[in-house]
Amino acid sequence: MKRAIILLRRRAISSIPVLLIVVIFTFFLLESASGDAVDAYLGSIGGGDAALVQSLRESYGLDRSMFARLWLYLSSLGRLDLGWSVAFNRPVGALIAERLPNTLLLMGSATALSFGLGSALGILAGARPGSLRDRLLSIGSLIVYAIPSFWLGLVLSIVFSVKLRWFPIAAIETIASGKTGFSRALDIADHLVLPVGALALIYLALFLRVMRSGMAEAWKLDFVLFARAKGLSRSRIVLRHVARNALLPLVTMFGLQSAAMLGGSVVIESVFAIPGFGRLAQEAVNGRDAPLLMGIVVTSAVLVISVNFLVDLVYAALDPRIGASEGSV
Amino acid sequence: MSRLQRLLSQPEGAVGLAILFILVVAGLLAPVISPGDPLRIAGRALLAPFTDPASPLGTDRLGRDVLAGLLYGARTSLAVGLAAAFSAMILGVCVGMVAGFAGGLVDEALMRVVDAFQIVPAFLLALAFVSTIGVSTPVIVLAIALGTWADPARLTRAQVLAIREQDYVASARVIGMHPAEIAFREILPNALPPVLALSATIVAGAILTEAALSFLGLGNPNIATWGSMIAEGRSVLRSASYLSVIPGAALAVTVLGVHLFSEGLGKALGDDGARAA
Repeated sequence: MKRAIILLRRRAISSIPVLLIVVIFTFFLLESASGDAVDAYLGSIGGGDAALVQSLRESYGLDRSMFARLWLYLSSLGRLDLGWSVAFNRPVGALIAERLPNTLLLMGSATALSFGLGSALGILAGARPGSLRDRLLSIGSLIVYAIPSFWLGLVLSIVFSVKLRWFPIAAIETIASGKTGFSRALDIADHLVLPVGALALIYLALFLRVMRSGMAEAWKLDFVLFARAKGLSRSRIVLRHVARNALLPLVTMFGLQSAAMLGGSVVIESVFAIPGFGRLAQEAVNGRDAPLLMGIVVTSAVLVISVNFLVDLVYAALDPRIGASEGSV
Repeated sequence: MSRLQRLLSQPEGAVGLAILFILVVAGLLAPVISPGDPLRIAGRALLAPFTDPASPLGTDRLGRDVLAGLLYGARTSLAVGLAAAFSAMILGVCVGMVAGFAGGLVDEALMRVVDAFQIVPAFLLALAFVSTIGVSTPVIVLAIALGTWADPARLTRAQVLAIREQDYVASARVIGMHPAEIAFREILPNALPPVLALSATIVAGAILTEAALSFLGLGNPNIATWGSMIAEGRSVLRSASYLSVIPGAALAVTVLGVHLFSEGLGKALGDDGARAA
């Protein structure tokens, strides 16, 4: 528990400058756009007179200098205020809080599926490196790894929604179904099968490959040789000695991939019309909504940092050497 | 055996090289096989594949030739993928070198920037970048490179830090070699190989990102891209699913080719030989 707090504190302290860089870079990137949110808004309502433009700019603080606005943004961010979305005319924080659960559900399910199945298949492949089973799984995972997730999503929906009619084609739940409790959860699960499958498959292949190559490396280690010399059963060596050591790189890989998975869900949500965080990003882009886009980038950075913190914790639990040396800090 | 022979003796390497060769030839010969603008109307709309020899793979909703789009799309995919990966490599290696050599505060600051680029989802960054700066091919290349340069930077820095402690670097210093000469003649050539091994993954990722961007309508609208073809086919997914399936399959085969080629290359160069056994 003490180790967890130390790790959390270290992660939090080292994350602050990184987050600051993210915010400043994104701020200047969005500043360099030609035309601001007021231009986009005026375009959408069909124009307005100069006085309206002036008052709109003032109300959004767009009439001040760039640095004044950066400071304003940073100080409101310090109060956990993400600003005001121009396109939706609502607080950015509320919008994100509304959309994030759908994406977390999608990502969480995809992670569980790809991690569980990927490591299991990786163990199957790595149990006997070089065997036919290993080669088939390796080639299969390489093919799956090459399939773009958004295209896979489309193909899955052609096969399973259009042709077979097994699963709904889009959205996160049946609109106005009036379902509650368990039947609503089932409805959502039904809607999530295809998007989760499309998002998970590529990571499943990745985890399989990392697990497999980690195991191939572990077979060469001395303690595995010792376990074999002791006459332990093969399944015990595979699970307790080889796979357990190969799990560590897998956990690291998961931390590294969490950002990519969040990016991947942007496209998957667009394919399956899921009102999530990724769709919100696309809507922010279409509406030239700089404050919203900014809030999305910052939130995703915080999300990835949090995932990496969880990864740290899991890593520390799996490998007792980590975090122990900082115990005196 | 030469390296090429060793590469070809690996099934992965041979298949990967064949796929990439076909793609490059297809991209280069696009104007010969399908002359004219691939985005022009070539015939009746929604012609099914294998029905008309003039459009062997059929036409889309607007009557544009699918084969022409596929061939010119190969150009776009390969060009954008390679250019983005190349820019990412250059930027990453430079930053990694500077951080590794300078050490101290410069290193610390540069690595925090690398961290920042690693925690923002690359695709989200590309989305924000392209939509802000405006859609054009160089911007797309830069946007993809910005999302991918952090990995080579981190690896280069780690390599430099490891190699600068080696004895031969110390002896180069002792014989009075100029620091710049040590950096470029002694350290860089030895630091690069593992970083270059990343390039296949980066090229494959760049090709997929470009496709995803143009799928969401943030690709260059004036050139044929596989991503925009897939998106275009979505509206007639029920009746003419081939319009989305064909370019997507081409995309998957391309990425597979890059991965197979890099697997084969790794095995041929020996550092993966033990794993194959």
